[in-house]
Amino acid sequence: MTVNPSGWRPSAPANEQGETGTVTGNRALMLEEPLIFEIGTTEQTGVDFDHPSRLREGQGEGLSSSTSLPLNPLPQAGGEARLGGLERNREIGLPGLSEPETVRHYTRLSRQNYAIDLGLFPLGSCTMKHNPRLNEKVARMPGFADVHPLQPQETVQGALQVISELAFWLLDLTGMYGVAMSPKAGAHGELCGLLCIRAALEARGDKREVVLVPESAHGTNPATAAFAGYRVENIPANAAGRVDLEALKARLGPDVAAVMITNPNTCGLFEPDMKAISDAVHAAGAFVYCDGANFNAIVGKVRPGDLGIDAMHINLHKTFSTPHGGGGPGSGPVVLSEALAPYGPLPFVAKMPDGSYKLVEEENAAEEHPNAFGRMVAFHGQMGMFTRALAYILSHGADGLKQVAEDAVLNANYILRSLSDVLDAPFARSGPCMHEAIFSDRGFGDDVNTLDLAKALIDEGFHPMTMYFPLVVHGAMLVEPTETESKASLDQFIAALRSIGERARAGDPSLKAAPIYAPRRRLDETLAARRPVLVYKEPAPAQAAE
Amino acid sequence: MRYLPLSDADRSEMLRVIGASSVDELFRDVPEEARLKGPIHGLPMHASEMAVERHMAALARKNMVAGDVPFFVGCGAYRHHIPASVDHIIQRGEFLTSYTPYQPEIAQGTLQMMFEFQTQVARLFGCEVANASMYDGSTAMWEAILMAHRITRRNKTVVSSGVHPHYVNVAKTFAQFSEDALAIALPELDAEPDTERLIGKIGPETSAVVVQYPDILGRITDLTPIAEAAHAAGALLIAVVTEPVALGLIQSPGEMGADIVVGEGQSIGVGLQFGGPYVGLFACREKHVRQMPGRLAGETVDAEGKRGFVLTLSTREQHIRREKATSNICTSSVLCALAFTVHLTLLGEKGLRQLAQLNHARACEAANRLSAIPGVELVNDSFFNEFTLKLPVEARPAVHALVERGMLGGVSLGRLYPGADALQNGLVIAVTETVTDEDIDAFEAALKEVVR
Repeated sequence: MTVNPSGWRPSAPANEQGETGTVTGNRALMLEEPLIFEIGTTEQTGVDFDHPSRLREGQGEGLSSSTSLPLNPLPQAGGEARLGGLERNREIGLPGLSEPETVRHYTRLSRQNYAIDLGLFPLGSCTMKHNPRLNEKVARMPGFADVHPLQPQETVQGALQVISELAFWLLDLTGMYGVAMSPKAGAHGELCGLLCIRAALEARGDKREVVLVPESAHGTNPATAAFAGYRVENIPANAAGRVDLEALKARLGPDVAAVMITNPNTCGLFEPDMKAISDAVHAAGAFVYCDGANFNAIVGKVRPGDLGIDAMHINLHKTFSTPHGGGGPGSGPVVLSEALAPYGPLPFVAKMPDGSYKLVEEENAAEEHPNAFGRMVAFHGQMGMFTRALAYILSHGADGLKQVAEDAVLNANYILRSLSDVLDAPFARSGPCMHEAIFSDRGFGDDVNTLDLAKALIDEGFHPMTMYFPLVVHGAMLVEPTETESKASLDQFIAALRSIGERARAGDPSLKAAPIYAPRRRLDETLAARRPVLVYKEPAPAQAAE
Repeated sequence: MRYLPLSDADRSEMLRVIGASSVDELFRDVPEEARLKGPIHGLPMHASEMAVERHMAALARKNMVAGDVPFFVGCGAYRHHIPASVDHIIQRGEFLTSYTPYQPEIAQGTLQMMFEFQTQVARLFGCEVANASMYDGSTAMWEAILMAHRITRRNKTVVSSGVHPHYVNVAKTFAQFSEDALAIALPELDAEPDTERLIGKIGPETSAVVVQYPDILGRITDLTPIAEAAHAAGALLIAVVTEPVALGLIQSPGEMGADIVVGEGQSIGVGLQFGGPYVGLFACREKHVRQMPGRLAGETVDAEGKRGFVLTLSTREQHIRREKATSNICTSSVLCALAFTVHLTLLGEKGLRQLAQLNHARACEAANRLSAIPGVELVNDSFFNEFTLKLPVEARPAVHALVERGMLGGVSLGRLYPGADALQNGLVIAVTETVTDEDIDAFEAALKEVVR
């Protein structure tokens, strides 16, 4: 397949006094911004460099300060370039902008984004909560930000202590036995957990091939199981939105390596039979993996270790408020049971009897951690997330984290009860939800769907909820307000959703046009996939001349 | 508590609306015996912003800060100057506190930035397309090996001895659990890597050859003959770049025939941060894009015909394909990709080239000075900003002795290759634009003492 063989490109933003009626295409604070490739040049730069004194003295030419790019690298003081004869001989095509232009370009782009800082961001299972700025400040302390991962250990004792302290509190909060800190995100943590399970099974000579995953699970669960070399089988949910314990028990057998459960589950419900599930899984010789994406509902209230769980990743970028950053970086430490801890990956931090900290890595693993299944990443994990999460945990403390879970659950139930007369809440009859409220599209007028409702929320100034997930609820809308919303904010959201919900029930066709007030109307995703344009290409000369 | 807006009056009113007598009633699905009776044991109670900052600052002070001392550490993470505006941009709340751009109408900022990033990475690597980031270089390399496996339907990968040993360990770890076989080797302290021997390992069952460029010892090898040999055998060439600044000065792997180019983007825009978060770079040929892992931003139009960007080709991804996805990756490293793209926009072609020249010039200067110390040999014939010295003593204790003299003097191969006796005297030295003349003077003087 060739991407965009015709060189076709969609047109640049309309700027010919179209609908906007402005010359620029801007509308006051809504500012259009071209691509850097359309405004920058390879001659422009927004940085400058010091000329090292000795180099200046050593040669007349010095570093290039002319605007033309020398294609041959400059020799250094006292010799030729030593690049193996592989000097670059053609331009890369990287546009540069001056500093003011760069700052303006990205600031303009930033303003086309919705963000937690702007308003409620109720993405279910994503836990988009306020990101405290203290954590940003802490992560930028030079003692954390300007430290190399391969510095000798005696020079990074404070960094190792951060990892050790965070690990300690994560174990305290989960009631587990060991923790692997290096996984880079939730899905990476899932992989780590499954590889521990696999290593533990292989250590006892038990080759098992199947991982059971509830049909309501996050897509990462089956993808991870496949990545770890397992065959995936689904287990059904019952009418109450929970794992069907009897169906699970019936499927357990000597070929099942693990069951991956999300608890609270993706329908926003606690699995009341969790301990019974764990006992049944263990009786069958398998392990329980828990997807910790929804830990925010129970942090400080319930310890997963008390529920028989063997491995659970913790999304520091959810429960522990490290910023999501538009799609990462995340961090996914995995807490492990006593049965799995010996197989956790390298490296990890050990606290020594003299109070110092030691990194256990390949060179000393043979004595200290002989059964490690291997290594997940080049270095030690997401240090920048560890400092933020530790600052967050210490800020809240034991009392604050318990309140986090309680307020998150309270807020979700408040939304559930305030809207269940307008929106179908499939599980509300059976009781309260945890930290997310789920609704279905039942009762919507013909031709109106969940997507329309979500897009109408955009016009009201909110980010839409998670849509069409979990798959077990028709036209699902999964709303997770988190604990950092005020009652006034929730009330405004409820009022907006109530109004849109009523329009949806009435089959209001104007919902199809939403959003109207966003920087863009609905985008053509089919076109994007059918004719993929994934990188900028300069227009062909003929087009450019037009 | 400062992060919790609800007052007790709010809570009472909300419970009344819900029809619950207490918050505990909302937790009724949690079996009684699983509920903690009070705040969790062990963790202290909440703390003020000032107290937490004080605690964290005390921990930070226990570390030797790279910027405070003569600093020559590299091997996969590099200390470059980052313009102040980079950190300002990534702290804009609209970038920092936004989610993966699943709602493109209100995420054009992130989506356009991803599109710009993809284009920059593709051009820098000499490839046709790039994705919107992976976790880091090591995981990107493993994903590239898996991708080659899917494309060639073969599972034997030849890994050059010059690939970062931690990257190799990551691949070895995951290969245990997939159906992939890796041929690996230890590097030797030679002026040039043994390309012929590497080519000799390529066979009719080879899926891919993996080569780091510049390699772990800093050497720069022509990838063209390796690409030709790989292609002749029906295999792919995967190039790994851990120092992308080098590509301002040397030819890109894509130009030399690499099919997939992956890398660590940390050295552009992202600080050292003790190893993470970093940003994995991933680029390849257009014809292989549907086998790529990770998120992709693509151009399209909105209902009014205006240009816009969306996440696309998501039928490769886990949230659609579940166990049939090309990868399980979900959250990647978009904010670090933003830092990369802002820094590279500030540099532009001209700035990148100047930065690369400065790095090479500094490294040449240091190499000349250090290799003139009696008993110290420069291993490399070629290098960019990192080279390997062979000391007359073991490098591992030498590094600690340098710390005692107040400097961070490189990475000993003994740390990277424990047990490899032939490598124990090897010391890898990185010299970037942040190294001053005084730093080189101090390092030279200290190394003289240490190797005496």
